[in-house]
Amino acid sequence: MTLPNPEQLLPEMAAALDLHLSSHRIEQPRFIGIRTGGVWVAQALLALRGKDEALGILDVSFYRDDFTQNGLHPQVRPSELPFEIEGQHLVIIDDVLMSGRTIRAALNELFDYGRPASVSLVCLLDLNARELPIRPDVVGATLSLPPEQRVKLLGPTPLALEYKTLASAN
Amino acid sequence: MTPIDAKRPLQLNDNGQLRHFLSLDGLPRELLTEILDTADSFLEVGARAVKKVPLLRGKTVCNVFFENSTRTRTTFELAAKRLSADVITLNVSTSSTSKGETLTDTLRNLEAMAADMFVVRHADSGAAHFIAEHVCPDVAVINGGDGRHAHPTQGMLDMLTIRRHKGDFEKLSVAIVGDILHSRVARSNMLALKTLGCPDIRVIGPKTLLPVGLEQYGVSVYNDMNEGLRDVDVVIMLRLQRERMQGGRLPSEGEFYRLYGLTTQRMALAKPDAIVMHPGPINRGVEIESAVADSAQSVILNQVTYGIAIRMAVLSMSMSGQNAQRQLENEYAAEEQN
Repeated sequence: MTLPNPEQLLPEMAAALDLHLSSHRIEQPRFIGIRTGGVWVAQALLALRGKDEALGILDVSFYRDDFTQNGLHPQVRPSELPFEIEGQHLVIIDDVLMSGRTIRAALNELFDYGRPASVSLVCLLDLNARELPIRPDVVGATLSLPPEQRVKLLGPTPLALEYKTLASAN
Repeated sequence: MTPIDAKRPLQLNDNGQLRHFLSLDGLPRELLTEILDTADSFLEVGARAVKKVPLLRGKTVCNVFFENSTRTRTTFELAAKRLSADVITLNVSTSSTSKGETLTDTLRNLEAMAADMFVVRHADSGAAHFIAEHVCPDVAVINGGDGRHAHPTQGMLDMLTIRRHKGDFEKLSVAIVGDILHSRVARSNMLALKTLGCPDIRVIGPKTLLPVGLEQYGVSVYNDMNEGLRDVDVVIMLRLQRERMQGGRLPSEGEFYRLYGLTTQRMALAKPDAIVMHPGPINRGVEIESAVADSAQSVILNQVTYGIAIRMAVLSMSMSGQNAQRQLENEYAAEEQN
């Protein structure tokens, strides 16, 4: 199965996002990309929107629930949020949605900055492997993979998707 | 197959990650840089409305202080709390040891309280190392200063201060001034600067307060302070350790200040944008002039803030290394059974 081309998915996603925001009467959304792939997708989406909108960057390493198993990510970097969170309508953007645990970590982190009015989720790819009740509001494409297979986003320009097979332990 | 490597440094796990933090001796440059990078991220956490992340939630950190200290104890406590750990602080100098309990017995009792980490400060060199060797293997030990040997978190917070204010270590001249002989901070700083590639490390002090064998640290030694301070980027002042001084090493404090006190005039010999550091507590008028300590070049209070971030980095990285080691050992055991 060939993977979709992100550059082709993005215009549709931008249109769907527009629709989502207007139907929820959100006039001033605050965009937040999750490091690293989510930031690339967010930058591409903001470029398509063509407005001068600030982008927040979130590094969820300190909030992951697999710390006791996997430890600290060695390349953790500071989160950068150039706007208030309190009372704002947030749009979280990530590249690949799988278990939903990254998004849970992101939500936990964002709530430490304040109480947002709402949070929406945009994902380039949904792998249909949710382990938590977390669903995207806007999604580029949905596909199902065999258990040992993953997808990785390459970027930032051009964006491309690539298969990755996990080195299995047994 | 279980890799048993007697030469593997005690403070690293089989993957080369930190599992105890006892000394900067033998730690590779990449690891020191990783500590600094992680601390940079924790600095940002300290600037938030909620200054807390859930990394060590459910873990218990036990600060065991056999020697008094205010700054190190409180910043370790704050660091552990900001990582969501539960924290107990024991001033052992005022508790059971004064009733005759041995070091190992005190530790067994703390282990029985299911502590996951010990932060140890002790007046004897090597105490933290001894404890790391003798506690149960899952517990991480952090050295909060042992005798004249090492104060690695102070060393790393000094490196973070230098990197944030002066940038690339490979272009810097750094002077360490004062009572080098009694200073574990000096030793940790020399090791860290050398590992991080600082080409010009100068050590300035009277002959009576310089240890023998300083050459092994790759430093140049100056007895004349005016000569040593010329064109440096960073001046690290040390506290004159009056409590460790036993007669004969110095004629008087006044004499020391006249020869090695950091005054405004002397500071003018360094580069115009040089920074002044001091591990604290500062003795105004003994090793540093008040006007210098309070000047725009002084980053002494920034060091305290950076200290919390460094301690958060070291606590979380050691816990992470311990967890990884436990997993590895489970895998070895599973392989042996197959």
